[in-house]
Order: sequence, then C-alpha cells, then structure tokens
Amino acid sequence: MKKTPLYEIHKNLGAKIVEFGGWMMPVSYSGVLDEHHAVRNKMGMFDVSHMGEVLVTGPQALDFLQYLTSNDVASQKIGQCQYNLLMNEKGGLVDDIIVNRVAENEFFICVNASNTDKDFEWMKSHSSKFNVTVENQSAAFGQIAIQGPLAKKLINRKNCSLDEADVGHFYFSKAILYGVPVTLARTGYTGEDGFEIYTAADQTAKVWNALLEEGKPAGLIPCGLGCRDTLRLEMAYPLYGHELNDEITPLEAGLGWVTKLQKGDFLGREILIAQKEKGVSKKRVGFIMQEEAIARADYSIFNGEEKIGWVSSGTFSPSLDKKIGCGYVDAKFSSIGTIFSIDIRGKKKKAEVVSTPFYRK
Amino acid sequence: MNCPEDLKYTKEHEWVRLKGNIATLGITDYAQDQLGDIVFVELPEEGEEVEKGDTFGVVESTKSVSDLYLPVSGKVIEVNDPLLDSPEIVNEDSYGEGWMIRIEMDDKTELEDLLSAEEYEAFIKEEAE
Repeated sequence: MKKTPLYEIHKNLGAKIVEFGGWMMPVSYSGVLDEHHAVRNKMGMFDVSHMGEVLVTGPQALDFLQYLTSNDVASQKIGQCQYNLLMNEKGGLVDDIIVNRVAENEFFICVNASNTDKDFEWMKSHSSKFNVTVENQSAAFGQIAIQGPLAKKLINRKNCSLDEADVGHFYFSKAILYGVPVTLARTGYTGEDGFEIYTAADQTAKVWNALLEEGKPAGLIPCGLGCRDTLRLEMAYPLYGHELNDEITPLEAGLGWVTKLQKGDFLGREILIAQKEKGVSKKRVGFIMQEEAIARADYSIFNGEEKIGWVSSGTFSPSLDKKIGCGYVDAKFSSIGTIFSIDIRGKKKKAEVVSTPFYRK
Repeated sequence: MNCPEDLKYTKEHEWVRLKGNIATLGITDYAQDQLGDIVFVELPEEGEEVEKGDTFGVVESTKSVSDLYLPVSGKVIEVNDPLLDSPEIVNEDSYGEGWMIRIEMDDKTELEDLLSAEEYEAFIKEEAE
C-alpha cells in the first residue's frame, strides 16, 4: 500500500484510514457530515497527494495532446487549467484529467490516483509518432486542496508571494507559500472556490501544517475522501470507475462541453461524430430518490419490469438532505422529471430525474 | 470502547438487552464508530417473524451499507421509528435512544451463543490488531 507524505500527520489527527486506489488515505477526521458542511460554509483541507502528475514536453507536445484528448488544447492559454478527457480509439475514456499549460509546448497534467500508471503507459505508447517527451513525475509531488468560501483568504501577501486575486478561476501560477516553492491552481473537485496546491513531496507536510495553523482559528478543518465524494456528487462531477470508464463516451457522460469535434483529428473522433449524428442510446442522468433509500453503484434501474440502466454513484447529500445519485439510462428515460425505479437490494424504490448540479449556491 | 456490562453481544457488533422474553437490539459503540456518520437506517416491519442468522435491516454511512444480523428468532414487536428520520441518534446514543428493534423470542437457548461484555471487548481488541 502506498502512503502520501502526510500519512503520519493524518494518523496523529485521528483520521480513519481507508484503502483507495492502492493508497492508504484518510476517509474522515471529525466526521463526513461535519467536514462536508465545513467545506460548503467555511473551508476544508484535503490531502490529494495520491493524485498523479505527468509532464508532457517537446516541439510536438501540443499536437500530441490534441490527438490524445477530446478538448481543444490549442485554445488553452499559457497559465490556464483545462478539464479534459484522455480518449481511446473506441471513443471511450482512459481518464478525466486537468491539463495545465505551462508554456507553448509544456504541459503539467494532473491525473486520477487510480489511473496514474495506466495513463502514463497509454501516453507513452502513443508518443513515438510525435516529437514529445512524457514523464511520470507523480512521486516527486505532494498536493493539498483548500476548498470553501473562506479558502481564498489562506493565500495572501503575508504567507505567499501572490494574493488569491492574482490567480483567477481555472488559472495556475508558481508561487512561494510559507517559503516553499509551489504551484497554485484555482481548481477543485467540490464546487466551492479554492486552490489545489502542488509542492515537492518532501515539502508537503510543512505546507499542510502551516495552512492548518493559520486557518484553524477561522474554521479550517482537515477533510477526507468521504466528504470529497459527497461534495463532488452534489455537483454531479464524474468519478472515473463510476461515471466514466473505457467504454463510456463523452457524449453519453454529458461531457459534450469538453468534446471539440471541430478541433481536428483525435482518438475516437470518428465514433463520436457518428454517435452525435445518430444520437446517444444511453445517457447519464442525475436523480433524487422519491422513496426512503440510498441507491448505490451498480444497482439496476427499471421502468416497470424492464431494466433500463444502472446506478453509477449514489449517496446521502448532506447539503440537500436528500438521497441523490447518478446513473446511465436508455436515452428515452433521460428527460428531467422522468420517474423510474431502482432495485435496492431486492426492493424497487422510486427516483426522479433532476437537472444537475444537485447543489447550487 | 464502551461495552455496558449488563448487555450481551454478537460478533457482528450488535448488542442485546434481555428482559424476560423480550430482546432489544442495537449496534455497539464500536460499530457506530467504525461506520462514521450514519445517514440511513432500514428496519423491519412490526409483526414480522424473523429467524436467527437472517438480516433484519441495514445501517448506512454515506459510502457503505452494513447488514444487521439477528442473534435470535422470534417476532418483531417494536421498531424504533425515530431512527428513520434521525439516523444520527445511533451515533449519539448507540445503547440508549439508538436501540433498533424489540423481539419476542421463540427460543431462549439461542442466547447461549451471545458474548459477554468481556468476551466482546476481547473480540474487538483482536479485530483491531
């Protein structure tokens, strides 16, 4: 099992530790609900050092990424972060990623923890046709996320070479934070304002401890993977392995907005063009339970006796006080307001398709 | 971990309070702590006939579903309805207000398999190692 640089700190903070994607990670400290509400109302801090970092450089780095991904990397400004999808030739998804454009032909990519090796091997295997270098730098980095309406106050001229106002939404910048060189990205997986902070692995603890000391009096608490999941699901953000896998296409997943078919050729493009023309046969939806039960991943969705889909994720939403979930259903059952039923351990319980995100400020 | 002396326990982390022919069941302090915040409890209907070893419901956290097991057979005579609206009571008071169901027992010899507080404490110590 892998451990992040902050493992001992989590144990000392009394975290419950769980295995996730090959890593021993904190699932909660003070409780999932407490941490969830802290992020929505004040601020919370997450150890996301398990995420992977891949560097792509070289004269054809842009062409290479344009070919492997669905979004238009050419339109991405230097200093900008872009949510993107690593594609396969079937039109399916290898991973969902954040690409940070450091220079014309230099890209720093954040990938899912559970897919780091897979993504790196995939990118390497396609790199021979391009003048490009792909490096897996994951071991060199630690990463901390501060999220919540107050999180931005933690990046100020007293502790940092930049002020939060210097880094706009979905932009990133190098900075010095508590004397440590970092990359500050105005990104996150919670639906709240905040930063994802990349550090050298051996500096992660210093930054974490300093942020906790500074932020604690104003309400900052450490937060684990438990509330990371309830927060992201309230926003209907996809999680690879649940909403996304190598068979599901971006159009089925509701990710048409990061799929730029006009940008030029990319892996799977022909399949997507055909799918767009024909219409998708299945679609991701968000639903709220209409009967008392929580739907879980892989439960079947029914219209009467007919199976029409499956649940990809489900949980209790602390901010809405409702049972919510996402799933895939036959396209004709995907309209807002559709009622279907979900087999919850042998009993069918009603749910209603709603617009997403579930949570709005 | 808190394990009241006057209760009996199971290896599935349930407790049993016995009064004459009636068994009251719930989950232990250790169990609620392991589960974290409980957000949903599913319990049987009053009047249901139940068998030792069967499940009588589930207790859920945001991420997980845990089955609840019957240590005795009998008839469900009372269900703690407030738990359906306020599942957090199980976290707050697992041995008191967090009780789940009451059963009129068929066969009191089934109680012989239950653990004492001491035996249960030793069991959870072993599990933690």
